[in-house]
Amino acid sequence: MDYLHDINAFLPGVIVALAGLVTITIDAYKNDHGSIYGLTVFSLLAGLILSVMDMFGPVGEAFTGMITYGGVSAFGSSVVLFGALFCVLISREYLSAIDHEYGEVYSLLLIATAGMLGLVSANNLIMIFIGIETMSICLYVLAGIIKGQKIGAEASLKYFLLGAFSTGFLLYGMALLYGATGSLYLTEIAEGASSDLLFIAGAALLLVGFFFKVSAVPFHMWTPDVYQGTPTTITAYMATASKSAAFVALLIVLSKMIPAETANWAGVIEVIAILTMVMGNLIAIVQDNIKRMLAYSSIAHAGYLLVGLAAGTPEGYSAVLFYLFAYTIMNIGAFGVVAYYERQQGLDFTDINNYVGLGFKKPLMGVLLSFFLFSLVGIPPFVGFVGKYLIFAAAINAGYIALAVILALASAASVYYYLRPMVYMYFKDPHKDVPLVRSGIVFRSTLVVLAALTLYFGIAFGDLHNLLSSFYTADWVTHLVGQ
Amino acid sequence: MFENYLPIAILAGVAVVLAILLMTLSRVLGPYRPNKTKLDPYESGMDPVGDAANRYSISFYLVAIAFIVFDVEVVFVYPWAVSYLDFGPGTLVSMIIFILELYVGLIYLIKKGALDWDLKKGMFN
Amino acid sequence: MDSATTLTSLIIALPLLGFLVNGLLGLSSKSFRQRKALIGTIANLTVFIPFAIAVYFFINMGQDSAPIFVELFTWIEVGSFSVDIAYQLDQLSILMTLVVTGVGFLIHMYSVGYMWEDEGYWKFFAYLNLFIFAMLNLVMADNLLLLFLGWEGVGLCSYLLIGFWYTDMANSAAGSKAFWYNRVGDFAFLVAMFLTFQHVGSLDFDIILSSLEAIPADDKFWIAFLMFIGATGKSAQIPLFVWLPDAMAGPTSVSALIHAATMVTSGIYLISRMSAMFVMSPEVMMIIAVIGALTAIVAATIALTQNDIKRVLAYSTVSQLGYMFLALGSGAFTAAMFHVVTHAFFKALLFLGSGSVIHAMEHVEHGLHEEGKDVHFDPQDMRFMGGLKEYMPSTYKTFLIATIAIAGIPPLAGFFSKDEILAFTFNAGFAGFAEPLYMVLWGVGIVTAFLTAFYMFRLTFGTFNGEFKLPEKISEAAGAEKHLHESPKSMTIPLWTLGGLSVVGGFLGVPNFLLSTFTHQEEHINLLHNWLYNVTADYELGLSHSVEWILMTVSIFVAVGGVYTAYRMYGSGATEESDAKLADRFGVFYETWKEKYSLDEFYEGLVVHPIVRWSDKGLAKFDMKIVDGVVNTVGGVVRLFGSVFRYVQTGVTSSYALALVLGVILVLSMLIL
Repeated sequence: MDYLHDINAFLPGVIVALAGLVTITIDAYKNDHGSIYGLTVFSLLAGLILSVMDMFGPVGEAFTGMITYGGVSAFGSSVVLFGALFCVLISREYLSAIDHEYGEVYSLLLIATAGMLGLVSANNLIMIFIGIETMSICLYVLAGIIKGQKIGAEASLKYFLLGAFSTGFLLYGMALLYGATGSLYLTEIAEGASSDLLFIAGAALLLVGFFFKVSAVPFHMWTPDVYQGTPTTITAYMATASKSAAFVALLIVLSKMIPAETANWAGVIEVIAILTMVMGNLIAIVQDNIKRMLAYSSIAHAGYLLVGLAAGTPEGYSAVLFYLFAYTIMNIGAFGVVAYYERQQGLDFTDINNYVGLGFKKPLMGVLLSFFLFSLVGIPPFVGFVGKYLIFAAAINAGYIALAVILALASAASVYYYLRPMVYMYFKDPHKDVPLVRSGIVFRSTLVVLAALTLYFGIAFGDLHNLLSSFYTADWVTHLVGQ
Repeated sequence: MFENYLPIAILAGVAVVLAILLMTLSRVLGPYRPNKTKLDPYESGMDPVGDAANRYSISFYLVAIAFIVFDVEVVFVYPWAVSYLDFGPGTLVSMIIFILELYVGLIYLIKKGALDWDLKKGMFN
Repeated sequence: MDSATTLTSLIIALPLLGFLVNGLLGLSSKSFRQRKALIGTIANLTVFIPFAIAVYFFINMGQDSAPIFVELFTWIEVGSFSVDIAYQLDQLSILMTLVVTGVGFLIHMYSVGYMWEDEGYWKFFAYLNLFIFAMLNLVMADNLLLLFLGWEGVGLCSYLLIGFWYTDMANSAAGSKAFWYNRVGDFAFLVAMFLTFQHVGSLDFDIILSSLEAIPADDKFWIAFLMFIGATGKSAQIPLFVWLPDAMAGPTSVSALIHAATMVTSGIYLISRMSAMFVMSPEVMMIIAVIGALTAIVAATIALTQNDIKRVLAYSTVSQLGYMFLALGSGAFTAAMFHVVTHAFFKALLFLGSGSVIHAMEHVEHGLHEEGKDVHFDPQDMRFMGGLKEYMPSTYKTFLIATIAIAGIPPLAGFFSKDEILAFTFNAGFAGFAEPLYMVLWGVGIVTAFLTAFYMFRLTFGTFNGEFKLPEKISEAAGAEKHLHESPKSMTIPLWTLGGLSVVGGFLGVPNFLLSTFTHQEEHINLLHNWLYNVTADYELGLSHSVEWILMTVSIFVAVGGVYTAYRMYGSGATEESDAKLADRFGVFYETWKEKYSLDEFYEGLVVHPIVRWSDKGLAKFDMKIVDGVVNTVGGVVRLFGSVFRYVQTGVTSSYALALVLGVILVLSMLIL
């Protein structure tokens, strides 16, 4: 009985992990990408539906308290699965177009997703560690999935080395926390928390591990190189699903495990947030490679998200959750359009200079990219605006005026680099006639759906926002508010 | 608190003394005719000094990694087996699942030719 | 969802759907663009169905019905601040919805024929539907923010449509001009909105209007005043009206829909909606009345000197809008709405008729080219027209009806609405605030009424009477009249429909005294007054019946006088000779009118030139050295930082690891030290 309850609580993860094992077995026996792809989409979709339903269900613990379900975890799972599903949908056409479709891609994606699901459901440091590692190791391999390509190998190796390095800090932090409190359960650690050096150092190192995963400055250095070298649709997956998973876990750790009064945690996050916003936006301005630009943009967005965490209020947390979803939608979209252009022959279409005049050639793609970039800038009525606004409001209400102002200024600076591709696409004449291939129906409709979602949640965000806020009125964060 | 470290200190002391004692004894008792080869440190038959970018066959690493995976399996299985009576039969299911997962990996390795020492046939052709 | 919600969503959603379908399909598929019949059908249906629904609501709504609130979803909710996407259907908004969708539908139908040969057919209808969508948001919104969104939306569509033929720089410039002048107004509106929110804590109309006492008198003045400034931008009043004549660069059906019937009246709608607040600050009411009357007469005098058929109509629109503001300022909100409705009928008709004429003249030019004659002329210049009534009977008859209506000849639509406005202005002369001033304004209104009748008949006679003047003006164009044809049915049917409405529209607001005088008791035959009684805060009309009779007689005489004078001077179609006579008679004044009071130059001189000159002489150095310096430094520093920081990104993994370690030290030292 207990066993079934546990499995049921983690059903999306179980389905996805199982699908990962099955696909890898299929791949071992025959080269049948169709069925692997089908199974992948099906399992992700099934997981997504289950975890969305879970959001409205009760909150609880399973596997002897190792994981939690419902509430924030369910929302985190939904975002992760949403990101994975849409990345898979655009991946097939892209990967076969660049002639590198391997069955392993889907298996690795599924296993990484299972790791992320564990991460966002974690209620125990060991679970966090397993989740992060399952996710990361798959991502290291995915970064270099194209064999014989130097840039991919470089990305993969760098990601691995630095990832291993940061995991060292993470693990050390966990060990110190265990030493300080004698437990690995988040809530028990919170109960045993104190201001002594051991606890603070442990928690700080744990945070550092997370900062690396969410690419906050100065732990961000791997991001541009890895994003650039990885196949674009996989980059989309890294930038959205893995980042969302890490952020949700960070949020859970901060809200459940680290009592605010033990040290100046908000101050640290504030400084890191400022550094991240400023550096991310500044360096993005000078990028010519659109994938690097999007990499720095994702760093900048991590900064905005940290603002919400620094606020540390239920309002801030729900804003962060909303922003993660918004960020996932628009980023997959933007990377998707880039993936579309990138597979054209003849020119390097990751170079923004080669986007001149493309807007009128394939109007749909031009319009879609404009949608996503506008949303990333944070212009109403797109979802990016709502997310940014919620974080901004949360920061103001929590008294972080300076953070809010910097967020606003940084966003203003970001207009420059987000609108640049659009200026190139629409206001400059093409310098060379490049025939653009037609995108497939699945690819196209996936992007259209994403664009529609940026608009839909930009206008009708009320229900989702209320749902997210309700997570924090329940006793899920008794700890945070109670103390 | 330092008395806790006393056995370690004793062990370390014994080790150091014993090493010095043995080296001195062999030097004193045995014949001593050194040459270059004899003075080399012994490292499993490999040349310990040389080009850092020395190239190995990739198959070496593949087998090594596969070995570590199953090594870790054993690390899990032994303690579990020892405490099986405490854990109860429910954990048997967990362990079976764990081993099956590794088994899937093994199948994948074999099918992809990762264990094929001949690179022409293996996964790097 | 109850039926009211469903139906309201349909009213709002269908035009949006039309926009999306036509826009997206047109954007992505070339073959779709050629299927003009389909595009036209989609665009027409998505406006007609909302109209039908609005009629249904209208029939089911009594004059005392409580407003229907339809809340689609919560748009923004932060703390106590929440804005819903919610609509309010009351007597006022249903009236505007009927006008917007009804007249909108007729103009859509007309455009099917009018734009048939245009390449951007799909784009045109997509914009037009988007406009209807935005306009419906504006008139149906139940809070200021949603109204403002619609307000900006219609501005955007107006900008897009004025510059629709964007390949001509002048058109794009006209679009930009409209945009900038509107920005000034919008800014004022925004500030008014913030002030309101600060005092009331909500932007919902019913909350604002029921908690007006929460606003201090001073701020009430400022809110009303700023809202009025916002309205002057959108509704083309002094000092922000100069964009409207230029806006005639857009297709004629756009001028009819946006710049005559609907968008330009949104300022009047806004003030009527907030009327309970406006009546509390008589100073603002006075300012509104003065501005309205001034605009009315200034635009009317300009109109009588113009030769471009659409410009005459444009100035006439400005002038009529001035009338409406005069009404608002005199506390006659119902009368203003009445004039909005009747004006929508006859002015849309006039524009569509002028479009029909222009269409015909373009065909003449085209026909001459096909004959191999290289003739160029301005198809909108009435000096080339004349005698068109023989060739275009339907256009002529409907145009004439509209002219009679706007001139204020009973019993057509314009008569009753204009008479009511003048009566209320006269009435405001006894209302206790700035009484003599309102008397003067009444005089201005009467003079304007005369001018209106005069210049409108000048236009009609010059276009339709006398001989066709093109052949005598340009010798090569001999025999050009054989190319003149009546426009197709899809264009004339809307003309006749609007013609019918222009005839009967006035009976919506027959003054009560017409019956009361005979029955000697209080009568309520003014349908519109009954209808809007609960929504607007009109002044009481305290005039005795005999005074009302006298006023009505005066306005009839004035209108007839204007028509007669115009007939004497222009009845034969001799436009230019009579213009010369006018110029002689009025000398300097005529020059001023003809130069449009040099307002454009005035703005150039007052705003643009000084700025340019200062910048050139004094500021240039300051600008180059200091401002530029600062800006460039900031920009440069930003880029420099970017460039410097990008070198931190060496690509060497060990330096990345070093950064990581430094980060760890940073975090730890912040926490522990």
